[in-house]
Amino acid sequence: MSPDLWDLAVEPLSFEFVRTALAVTVTAGVVCGVLSCWLVLVGWSLMGDAVSHAVLPGVVLAYVVGAPFALGALLFGLLAVLLIGAVRDTSRVKEDAAIGVVFTTLFAFGLVLISVTPSQTDLNHILFGNLLGVSRADLVQVLALGAVTLAVVVLKRRDLTLYAFDPVHAHAIGLSPRRLGALLLGLLALTVVVALQAVGVVLVVALLITPGATAYLLTDRFSRMLWISPLVAATCGVVGILASYWLDTSSGGTVVVTLGAAFTLAYLFSPRHGLLTTRLAHARRRRARAAVRA
Amino acid sequence: MTTPARPTPAIEVRDLTVHHGDVLALDGATLSVGTTGGPGTVCGLVGMNGSGKSTLFKAVMGMLRPDHGTVLLDGAPPVRARRAQAVGYVPQSEDVDWAFPLSVRDVVMTGRYGYQGFTRRPRAADREAVDHALDRVDLADLADRQIGALSGGQRKRAFVARGLAQGATTLLLDEPFAGVDRRSEATISALLRELAADGATVLVSTHDLHGLPALADEAILFLRRVLLHATPDEVLRPENLALAFGLEVAP
Repeated sequence: MSPDLWDLAVEPLSFEFVRTALAVTVTAGVVCGVLSCWLVLVGWSLMGDAVSHAVLPGVVLAYVVGAPFALGALLFGLLAVLLIGAVRDTSRVKEDAAIGVVFTTLFAFGLVLISVTPSQTDLNHILFGNLLGVSRADLVQVLALGAVTLAVVVLKRRDLTLYAFDPVHAHAIGLSPRRLGALLLGLLALTVVVALQAVGVVLVVALLITPGATAYLLTDRFSRMLWISPLVAATCGVVGILASYWLDTSSGGTVVVTLGAAFTLAYLFSPRHGLLTTRLAHARRRRARAAVRA
Repeated sequence: MTTPARPTPAIEVRDLTVHHGDVLALDGATLSVGTTGGPGTVCGLVGMNGSGKSTLFKAVMGMLRPDHGTVLLDGAPPVRARRAQAVGYVPQSEDVDWAFPLSVRDVVMTGRYGYQGFTRRPRAADREAVDHALDRVDLADLADRQIGALSGGQRKRAFVARGLAQGATTLLLDEPFAGVDRRSEATISALLRELAADGATVLVSTHDLHGLPALADEAILFLRRVLLHATPDEVLRPENLALAFGLEVAP
């Protein structure tokens, strides 16, 4: 690395707020990145979007009563999951509509709460992340929740993968697909809370989907996805934070744009599943065949 | 004097009725296949699409709450057979995500999860069982391929290997011959016959009627309930098939 580039990376680190921001972002990236692998394969992108938006009223209420923001967010994340399940199972409304109704209502309720709350809660910070204002207590919450979530996910990864691949077999060998699904939803709610401060309510879903989708384009092995995805998320997190420092741009926004760039690279150039790579390989084979015939 | 104990059926279904919403899927189905502890049998379940075959499988595994009726596996409610790792299931092709990033070996290993601890970390015995199962279905060379990179017949064999690694004594196969070429079909049939010779009860839903006599010891003609449970030849008589398929078959 040239000395200039090195300075670009190191100078921001002399500020404590940057170090804290990096710690929060990397934690969020790793936890989201790992969970992302299952969400992408089960097809729960919309569910991730729903849970992340639905925590808004929880965050606002937590500020109002002075409780830890993570507690309020987690409660409303779980409430959203329960409501979605209830509406889906007890009415003729299909799941995607149930998700749409529940999360927009909860999100809107959060907006209403903010408008009647004469406090410091800054809508922008909740919606788009507030990396520069992460307190010591917040950092501890994020690290602790991140560690717990990651531990559960890693210990139960094989069951969760079986649930994603073949829930009927899971049932046939005496496991409970219902319980495994509930576990995955609970972990989703926890993960959203971990990532909330890094990128905010609106962009959490990017961290929940893009790293897993990128890893899925790069490998045919789930065990490798589980490494690639968090690595991509954490790397993009660091690059995004440093870039936002120098360019003076929105930190959450820059992180997510960086992730999108990484996905685009994988989409185009992945060795086995990239758009350009496969096109080029086809063309080369066609030419080789033509040469043989000529 | 005691009467000799009647052998326990491996699969016993009594008067089973299931609705999917307003649609009647099973209508008082009653059947009994195989015996616990062998001798094994291959039973073909013959019926048209929508005749309730898949629903019957799900009900046998205890995945559905029936309106009424009971299912017993090895003489006990299905939950006991499931916990005993006695029930193996080979899903219909449409129900599998073939792009899922798992290798053939990974999929077969999920047959061992019921024997493994909290984190399902594979032990030497599990690896051995998986290798043995892969050998037996002749997929050892392809074990590290992604599951979707197999042919139709190989895919089915991979799932049968999962049931083997599991040590299932009752194997349920939902349309294993759909989209499978003739040679693979013969391989799979031979494999299922071997399993039955080892004492397993194999229930196969199929609408491939030509292969039925070579495959099955017995057959069930099914349309929401059992129309006829007899030898494959008997079931294949045109006047009997007409019952299940609702059309006149030229004699």
